[in-house]
Amino acid sequence: MNNILLIIQREYVTRVKKKSFIVMTILGPLLMGLMYAGVIWAAVSSVNQKKVEVLDESNLFKGKFKSSEEFIFVFKEDNIANLKKSLKGSEFDALVHIPADVLENPKNIKIYSEKGVTLELQSRVENAIEKEIETIKLTEAGITKSVLESAKMDVTSETISLKEGGEKKSSAAAASVIGGICAFLIYLSVFIYGAQVMRSITEEKTSRIVEILISSVKPFQLMIGKIVGVALVGLTQFGLWIILSAGVLTLGSKLVGDKLMQSKNVMTEAQMASLPPEAQEMAKEKMQQGGGISAEMMPNLFGALDTLPLTTIIISFLFYFVGGYLLYSALFGAVGSAVDSDTDTQQFMLPITIPIIAAFMIAQFVIRDPNSNLAIWTSMIPFTSPIIMMVRIPFGVPVWQIVVSVLLLIGGFVFTTWLASRIYRVGILMYGKKVTWKELAKWIFYKG
Amino acid sequence: MSENILEIHNVVKNYANHRALDDVSLTVPKGVIYGLLGPNGAGKTSLIRIVNQITAPDAGRVLFNGEPLNEKNIYEIGYLPEERGLYKKMKVGEQLLYLARLKGLSKDAAMEKLKEWFVKFDIKTWWDKPIEDLSKGMQQKIQFVATVLHQPKLIILDEPFSGFDPINATLIKDEILELKEKGSTIIFSTHRMESVEELCDYIALINKSKKVLEGKKLDIKNQYKTNTFTLNYEGFEMENTQSFEVLTNYVNLDGSQTAVLKANEDKIGNDLLKEILEKVTVKSFKEDVASMNDVFIKAVNQSN
Repeated sequence: MNNILLIIQREYVTRVKKKSFIVMTILGPLLMGLMYAGVIWAAVSSVNQKKVEVLDESNLFKGKFKSSEEFIFVFKEDNIANLKKSLKGSEFDALVHIPADVLENPKNIKIYSEKGVTLELQSRVENAIEKEIETIKLTEAGITKSVLESAKMDVTSETISLKEGGEKKSSAAAASVIGGICAFLIYLSVFIYGAQVMRSITEEKTSRIVEILISSVKPFQLMIGKIVGVALVGLTQFGLWIILSAGVLTLGSKLVGDKLMQSKNVMTEAQMASLPPEAQEMAKEKMQQGGGISAEMMPNLFGALDTLPLTTIIISFLFYFVGGYLLYSALFGAVGSAVDSDTDTQQFMLPITIPIIAAFMIAQFVIRDPNSNLAIWTSMIPFTSPIIMMVRIPFGVPVWQIVVSVLLLIGGFVFTTWLASRIYRVGILMYGKKVTWKELAKWIFYKG
Repeated sequence: MSENILEIHNVVKNYANHRALDDVSLTVPKGVIYGLLGPNGAGKTSLIRIVNQITAPDAGRVLFNGEPLNEKNIYEIGYLPEERGLYKKMKVGEQLLYLARLKGLSKDAAMEKLKEWFVKFDIKTWWDKPIEDLSKGMQQKIQFVATVLHQPKLIILDEPFSGFDPINATLIKDEILELKEKGSTIIFSTHRMESVEELCDYIALINKSKKVLEGKKLDIKNQYKTNTFTLNYEGFEMENTQSFEVLTNYVNLDGSQTAVLKANEDKIGNDLLKEILEKVTVKSFKEDVASMNDVFIKAVNQSN
C-alpha cells in the first residue's frame, strides 16, 4: 500500500512539474478567453452600419423599411440616373430602386452597390417589399390590417419537465449544451490521459527501469499507481481549467461588456443627427429593444441552468470521468506493456478506440432523443456509458437507470483492470517480440 | 536462522513452450560471493526472477534465511538486472530517493545513506542532473548505488561490469568486496570468467535449464584438473617415463624446450620432478591449473 502511494506521488509530481502541463493549464483558459473575446469583438465590429438609399417611384414604401444595427435606409427623391451616378463616392453603400409599377412587376426591383450586394441586404429589402405588397393586396381584397394582426399569433413554447418536486421550467437547449460539453470533455480526457498512461508504460519498459522497479514492487501496484497518478493529474488540470476559465471569463466579459455598451452609444449619438426623423425614431426604438433583450436574456439563461440538476451533473461528471478513464486507461496500459515502442501500438489501439468514437457519435443522436432505446442501452454498457449517460443526465434520467449504469461501470473497470494487469505483468518483461492477439490472450491465463 | 542465506529446492519453471528451469537446487551460504554461470538462455534470469519474487516457480521451494520466501524479503534483496535503465528525465537525487523508498527506507534514512554514497563515489555535483545528461558508465554507477543503498542481506548482480571502463570496473569490484566484508552475500551472474576467477568463492553452472555443477570454486577447479604439467628445460628432448607421458614438446627461440607432461595415475608433481631432474636442466616447472574458462567449456560440453 505504502509503495502504491509512493508510485502515485511520483507519477503525479513529475507530471504536474512538467512545463507542458503548466503551459497547457494556463494556456487552456486563455485560449477560451481569447475565443470568447473574438466572438464579442466580431459582434461589436458588425455594428458597423451600412447606409442604403432608396428611390421609391411607387411611393408605397416610404417609412416601411426598418433600419437596424446593420442597415440604415434613407429615402431619396431624385431620378435614378442621377442617384446611380452619385452613388460612387457618396456616403451610401447601396442604392435600392423600386420602379413605379412594382405591384404589377415585382421582379423589376434593382439594388445597386459598388462592392456587391450582401445576401442579407437583398433578403431584407425583398422581405420588406413582399410584406408591404401583401398588405396592399389584402387591403384591396377587403381584409384590414387589424384583422390580419389578430390572425397572427406568436407561438413560442416553454418546455416543462415533470418531476417529483412538481413542475419545473426546463430548457432543452441548456440541457443539451451541458450534456454535450460534459460528453466531449470525457471523450477527450479518455483519449488524452489514456494515451499518457500507455506511453509512459512503454517508456518504462523500453528504458528498462521497469526491471529495477519490479524487484521492489508488484507489477499490479506499478500499473495501478500510474493509472491513479495520471487520473489525479487529469482532475487537477480540469479543476484548474474551470477555476481559471471562470476567472478569465468574468474578467473578460466585464471589460468587453463595458466597451460594447460604450461603442453602441457613441455610434448612435454620432449617427442619429444625420438620419431623417423617421429613421432616427426607429433606430432609437431598436436600441431600446436591443438593450431590453440582452438584459432579459441573461437571467433567462441562468434561470435555465438553475432548473438543471446541477449537483447531479457535477457529481456524475466526476464519476463518469473517473470511471470511463479507469476503464479505458487500464486497456491503454495493457497495450503499452505489450509493445516495444509507440509505433507498434497501432494494431492494438483500434479495438479500444472504436467504442469511444462510436459512443461519441451515438451521443449526437442521444442529444436529440435522450430517452430512446439506443440511448438507454448505450448508457448502460460500460464502454459507452461514460459518454452517453453524461449526455442524458441533464435531461433527467430515472434513478434505477443511473444505479445500473454506475454498477456496470464499476464492474467494467474492475474487469478491464484485472485483464490489463494479467497482460501487463507478462508484457513488461517481454522484449523484442512482435506480439499477436493470440499471444495476448495466452498471457491472460498464465499463472504466477 | 540458517547458515545459508538462500536455498533453492527442486525448482521447476515452465513457460508457454519451454521449460526454463528443470528441477534446479542451489545452496548459497552466507557471506560469500556466489557465481551463477551458464550460457545465454540457460535459465539464470528465470532463476533470479524467482528469487526476486517477480515470478513464482511452478514447483519446488525457495528458502530465504531458512524460511520460505515472502514479501518482506524484497526489502532484504538488492537486484541489479542485466537489462537496466532509469527514468531519463528524472534527476539523479530524486530518482535514487524514490528507488530507496520503494525498498522500504524512510525519506530521512535514504537521504543519509545517499549522502554517504555521493561522497564515496565523488558524484556530489550530479544530484540535480537529469539522468539523460549522464554517460552510460555514470548511469551504471547510479544503478549500482540504487541496488545496494538499502543494505540488503542478499545482493544479486546480473552482469555488473558490462558497460564499465576498467577504472570504474575496479571501483565496483572493490565495492563488491567491501559489501562482502560487511556481511552481505552476493550472487553474481556473468559470462566473464576472469571476474569469476577473481571474485567468486562458490560457483554454480546452469545449462539447458539444469544445474550442471555447484560447489566451492577451488574444489571444482580440482575436479577439472587435467593432471598436466608444463616444463621448460634445457638438454635432450624429453621422452615418456614411468610416471609421465609427453603430450607435446617444442623448441623455443632461445634454444630451451617446453614440454607438456601428463602425469600417470597416482603420480604427483614430486614424482615427475625426481625423474626429470636426473635427465635435464629445469628452468621452470608448473602444474597446469584448470581455468574457469576451461571448466565452463568442459562442463557445458559434457552436459550437452
